[in-house]
Amino acid sequence: MKVLTPHPEKCQGAFACVHACAKVLNKKDDLAHSAIRPRKTHQGFAFTVCNQCGECIAVCPTGALRRNKAGTVLIQRDLCVGCLMCIGFCPHKAMFRVPGTATPFKCTSCGNCVKACPHGALSLEAQDHANLPV
Amino acid sequence: MSAIDITRRTEVCHDLPGQKAAHKVLAELRFSPSLPQRGYTGRALLVDLGKRQIREEKIPDRVRELFTGGRGYGLHYLWNAVKPGTRWNDPENVLVISPGPLCGNTQYPGSGKSLVVTLSPLTDIPIDSNVGGYFGPLLKFSGFDALVLSGKAARDVILVIDGVAGRVTLEEAPQENPDSHVAAEVFTRMYATDEKDLPNVSVVAAGRASEHCRVGCLNFSWYDLRRKCTRIKQAGRGGTGTVFRDKRLKALVVHGPRVTADANHPADLERIAKAGEKMHFEIHDYDDQQCHMRRQGTAHLVEIMDAYDLLPVHNFQYGNHPDTPKINSKVWDARFTQTTVDGCWYGCSMACSKGADGFVLRTGPYQGHTVTVDGPEYETAAGLGSNCGIFDPHWLLECNFYCDTYGVDTISYGTICAFVMECFQRGILNAERSGGLTVNFGDGAAQLEMLHQLAQGKGLGAIAGQGVARMKKLFAEKGWGDAQLLRDMGMEVKGLEYSQYNSKESLAQQGGYALTNKGPQHDEAWLIFMDMVNKQLPTFEDKAEALHYFPLFRTWFGLCGLCKLPWNDIEPADNAKQPEPQKVPEHVQNYLNLFAGVTGREITVQDLLLMSERVYNFQRVFNLRMGKGRREHDQPPYRSIGPVTREEYQSRAERYDKELKEKIGVEPSGLSVEEKIRRVREYRLDRYQKLCDAVYKRRGWTSDGVPTLETLKKLGMDLPEVVEVVRPFLKG
Repeated sequence: MKVLTPHPEKCQGAFACVHACAKVLNKKDDLAHSAIRPRKTHQGFAFTVCNQCGECIAVCPTGALRRNKAGTVLIQRDLCVGCLMCIGFCPHKAMFRVPGTATPFKCTSCGNCVKACPHGALSLEAQDHANLPV
Repeated sequence: MSAIDITRRTEVCHDLPGQKAAHKVLAELRFSPSLPQRGYTGRALLVDLGKRQIREEKIPDRVRELFTGGRGYGLHYLWNAVKPGTRWNDPENVLVISPGPLCGNTQYPGSGKSLVVTLSPLTDIPIDSNVGGYFGPLLKFSGFDALVLSGKAARDVILVIDGVAGRVTLEEAPQENPDSHVAAEVFTRMYATDEKDLPNVSVVAAGRASEHCRVGCLNFSWYDLRRKCTRIKQAGRGGTGTVFRDKRLKALVVHGPRVTADANHPADLERIAKAGEKMHFEIHDYDDQQCHMRRQGTAHLVEIMDAYDLLPVHNFQYGNHPDTPKINSKVWDARFTQTTVDGCWYGCSMACSKGADGFVLRTGPYQGHTVTVDGPEYETAAGLGSNCGIFDPHWLLECNFYCDTYGVDTISYGTICAFVMECFQRGILNAERSGGLTVNFGDGAAQLEMLHQLAQGKGLGAIAGQGVARMKKLFAEKGWGDAQLLRDMGMEVKGLEYSQYNSKESLAQQGGYALTNKGPQHDEAWLIFMDMVNKQLPTFEDKAEALHYFPLFRTWFGLCGLCKLPWNDIEPADNAKQPEPQKVPEHVQNYLNLFAGVTGREITVQDLLLMSERVYNFQRVFNLRMGKGRREHDQPPYRSIGPVTREEYQSRAERYDKELKEKIGVEPSGLSVEEKIRRVREYRLDRYQKLCDAVYKRRGWTSDGVPTLETLKKLGMDLPEVVEVVRPFLKG
């Protein structure tokens, strides 16, 4: 599977990733609609983003969260009942929802943010998902 | 890792087309399906099973204002249906199922409950029972805030509510097995359009035992996607299943629309979502350190109760047992399937509906079958287990399974069985009197055999199925035992069996049980820790305040269609630092937000309590109307107050001797045990009466426990029909 991997040491705070992600996932242009959340820290930058571990799959009551053949964990919207348990139980707090709704969204490893970053602070890395929840 | 395949069980669906072909439609109603607006549909579905009439009516705004929903709606419809002389098996008795306005939201944990209300065959007064499963939410999303079932069918029938097609049918259903685990599976598959549609169907069923006893329960189903089978939760208390089968109902089936995040059309989804999200984070972060509900459900309480001497052992004689570790949370943690989602409605991250999969039955009509057992929950583990001296997980699971599928309340059956066992212990019963069956403490096989008898209406089981109150009377009339002893050890009030906590050393909990509207069930007030352990209620007034606030606060869950557990079986990290941690203030605020978020009406804690106080007082007056509801009906058996026998006294001699010396002012040395029991009894009974005085005063009732006109007026509950009932009790 491809896992979005931040390289915080290269981040300059352009937040181009946020804009790219929000536009692709939710057709909006702000942090609240982005599945990647960089933030400034004392040391530089830190990122909150899904690593495709799949722990959310186990708490979904409807089977709306599944790992596809490529290994990416995706939400099937028409199966989601908006219970938000995936948000509460994500170990990385990397599941979000569209404000004003109960529709969760997450990183789909699409790579748009990688292309958008002017400083090469993001990459998609191949990882084995054989032993992760499906 | 467990090797159990959670999808493997004995097939119970055979020839569904053939069974369905035998149905005969007796009545039909076409209706326009509608989703709720701000939590309410404003419609009720009324079915007269005897006259074969189905109709719907609008629920007046005034009814909503006074009764809120859920239990309130149930009591409203029941009141209108019955007369003071009506009994549970009269056709005019109605069985009402109502989800409340907050029911069906998918974000806040514990939001899928519906309330069953009817006249109880055990108590002759209204019973209300709070139950999970998908039926209530799907009923509401089909278009109805209440389902009111009256009359009696001539032959076995099912009611099918199709909230997609807009059609309700009353159908004769002669072939299907009434036992719940079969009926739920069969009717779910019969009425779902395809595999994907299975979660949109829910079934209510009782079981064969409900036809022969007064402690019948109702099972509400939902489809478990991972186990690939229906699961069931129970409206356990008070004999709702008995009324159901007496009406010749085999099952209720609802087929609702696909559930969505905003099916309630809430006023402010964001507010609900924020509250729900916060709770999910809290449960994720702290459940492992607090109650372990996600792994063990309420069964985590077994060893806690044992440690505090509160676990009922041998018909509430004792509070702990050396064999408790054999049925404690470690056992259930290992036995429950841990790799799946166990909420009884969407969004319940507390997930306490645990299941034991791959269980092979040893006895009864399903001997050899592999089944999934729902639970056991704490009440079942304590009632069927420690209270009966049975510390074998296999027998507990088997008895749990059969109680559920037969439609028998595990709480009542536990207390009934414990009573029967003590009767054997004391020679009140013997093999000759029982028709051959001996049921001693610790005998799991005999407990099961009595249950199988009960399910067939035979032998000792048939007598036991009538409940503790009737057994006490019968055994005394036959001269088999001392009437006073039977009264002391028969754990029931108003005709309902006690649930599974030893209240002997907590005066507040003695009231928490016996001063309840429906009978001794801990859902009104559970005050043992506040009172006995934490000593937060030192005076009668303190206890009375708790017995005012908590029953009202907890009644509100039943009005709104919520579960009590996420209120205080998980706590925010800083809860202990709050001024009143026992109220879990942050969660109370969540509920105010939830109510406003769904209904659009901003409320305060006082508003919340007022909603409950209206219904609570209405129910008290309802009891009066049916011939109970006075001080004399709030009197508990002495076993719930203090030691009845020598052995009980001696098991806690140090505590009781200290009480004699320090509280009663009597030097225990030199007194016989009998004399000490007598002095403690005198003292404790007097304190219980003082507690009644304080509680009635706080609740705005007379010293006979009757709501005053002033109280009813203050609450806006001085309706003419209500005033007419109380007036004769207020003279003088």
